[in-house]
Amino acid sequence: MRYSALSLLRGALNGHRDWPQAWRNPSLKGSYDAVIVGGGGHGLATAYYLAKQHGMRNIAVLEKGWLGGGNTGRNTAVSRSNYFYPESTRFFDHSLRLYEGLGRELNFNIMLSQQGIIGLAASRHELETYRRWVTAMQLQPVDAELLTRDQVAARVPLLNMSRRARYPVYGAFMQKRGAISRHDAVAWGYARAADALGVDIIQHCEVTGIDVAGGAVCGLRTTQGTVRSDKVALAVAGHSSELAAMAGLRLPIESQALQAMVTEPVKPCFDHIVISPAVHCYLSQSDRGEFVIGGGTDLYPSYGQRGSLRGTEAVLGAVVELYPALSRMRLMRQWAGIVDISPDTSPIIGKTPVTGLYLSTGWGTGGYKAIPAGGETLAWTMAEDRPHELIEPFGLDRFVSGRLIDEGAASGVAH
Amino acid sequence: MMRIECPCCGLRSEDEFRCGGESHVARPAEPAAVDDETWSAYLYLRENPKGVHYERWHHRYGCGQWFNVARDLVSHEIVAVYPMGAGKPQLDRGGRA
Repeated sequence: MRYSALSLLRGALNGHRDWPQAWRNPSLKGSYDAVIVGGGGHGLATAYYLAKQHGMRNIAVLEKGWLGGGNTGRNTAVSRSNYFYPESTRFFDHSLRLYEGLGRELNFNIMLSQQGIIGLAASRHELETYRRWVTAMQLQPVDAELLTRDQVAARVPLLNMSRRARYPVYGAFMQKRGAISRHDAVAWGYARAADALGVDIIQHCEVTGIDVAGGAVCGLRTTQGTVRSDKVALAVAGHSSELAAMAGLRLPIESQALQAMVTEPVKPCFDHIVISPAVHCYLSQSDRGEFVIGGGTDLYPSYGQRGSLRGTEAVLGAVVELYPALSRMRLMRQWAGIVDISPDTSPIIGKTPVTGLYLSTGWGTGGYKAIPAGGETLAWTMAEDRPHELIEPFGLDRFVSGRLIDEGAASGVAH
Repeated sequence: MMRIECPCCGLRSEDEFRCGGESHVARPAEPAAVDDETWSAYLYLRENPKGVHYERWHHRYGCGQWFNVARDLVSHEIVAVYPMGAGKPQLDRGGRA
C-alpha cells in the first residue's frame, strides 16, 4: 500500500488498526539470481536498486540479526559530502543528492533535516586548512563556505566562545546541505520498497560458509540451509574480514569500535550538526530532543560492541568544555558499532578476485551517508559485472596499484 | 577498560598504551625482488579475526617498550603477553596460553 496523507487520515479514523505489515517474512529459497549478505542500509539499498533499476526480482538479503540492527541502527545519522578529493566528493555528493529525494523515492518519511554541518576551527592553522578545503569543494562544485567567529557564535549560541576557552573558536567550515535523518527509517524504507519489488529479506539467517568452485562463487551455507547463487555481495561492515575469509580472501580491513551516546531529551536548542575535529567530538539534537554525541574510534582492533571508557571520557570531556550548558545533562544510552577501517579510510567497493563475489566495505566511520549511492553503484556493478564509474577508484585493486585515496586528513576528523 | 601487563612496568591502564596493529607480519626479505601483489599483501592485508588476535603494543606513556599481546577481540581478554621477536604462543582450545 502507498503511504500518503489520505492513508494516514484513514488510519487515524479507524484507530490505526488496519495498517498492513510493511514487508513479508519469507523463508529461504534454494536458489537466487543474487544474494546480498547484510541487512543493513547498504545491503537493503543494493537489493532495492538491483530490483528497481536492473529488473532483477529473484534476490535475497540475508541478515544475521534483525533488519538495520547493526551499524545502521547504531550510527549518528549524519549525511554530508564535504570531502577533499574529487573521487570522494563526486561519490558522496551523489549520495547526498539521493538522500535529498529518498523520502519520495521510497514513499517512506526518512525525516531528512538539512540543518547544515559546521566544523569548528580551533586554531588559525586549522582555519587555513579549511579555507583550502572549502575552495577545493567549491571548485568541484559542492556547496561549502567559511564562517567567521561571530557567525559561528550566532548560529551555535550554546558554544563556549570565551577567549579563554580550552578549545577556542577561530571560525568554521559549513556545508548547509549537511543533514541528519532517521536511520531506522532509511533501513525500513529500503526494506519495504525492496520487498514490494519481490526481494526476499531473510532475518536471523547467519552465513556460515561461502562455496567457491573454479574461482567463482556458487552458493552460501547458512543457519537456515544452503542457497545457490552465482552473484553474492558482502555488505557486512565490521565483519567483512570474517565473511571474506570464508571465500578465501584476506582484506585490508581492521575492525574497530566506534561509539555514540545520547542524553536525556530537552527542548530544541541546537540547530546544526557541529563537529570539532581537533578534539573529535560531534553533536546534533534529534527530533526527540536528545543530544546525539559521537567521537572517534577506539584505536585498537575490536569486535566488542561496547566502546572503551577512555573513548567515552574523551568525547564527554570535549562536550563539556565546548558546551558548558550540557554539563549537568544525564546520559541515557551509550553503545558502539564495529566499523571497517581501510588503510586510506576510503571505502572498498566493487568486484573481488573471486568471480561473482562483490564487496562493499571500508566505510569506516562514515557508512551511513553513503547508503543510497553505495547501494545504487554496487547494484549496477553486480548487474553489469564491471565497476560503476563512481566507484571505479574505490576498488580493492588500488592497494596493489598504489593509487590510494587518502581521505584520512580531509574527511573532517583526525584519525 | 582494559588493563595490560607491561613486561617492564606491570599491570597498567590501557590509557598508557598504544596498539601497533597485527604482529608477525613478515617483511619480504628482498623487497625489490617481490611483485606488487606480495608487497601489497605485506603492507595492507590483515587477519582481523573475530577471536584471538596477535598484536603489538607500545607502552607509550610508560617505559616506551614494544611487546606482543594475544587478545580476544570480542571480550578484550588478554590471553598472553610475550616479547617482540618471539613466536606466537601456543593456545589451547579454549584460547588460553
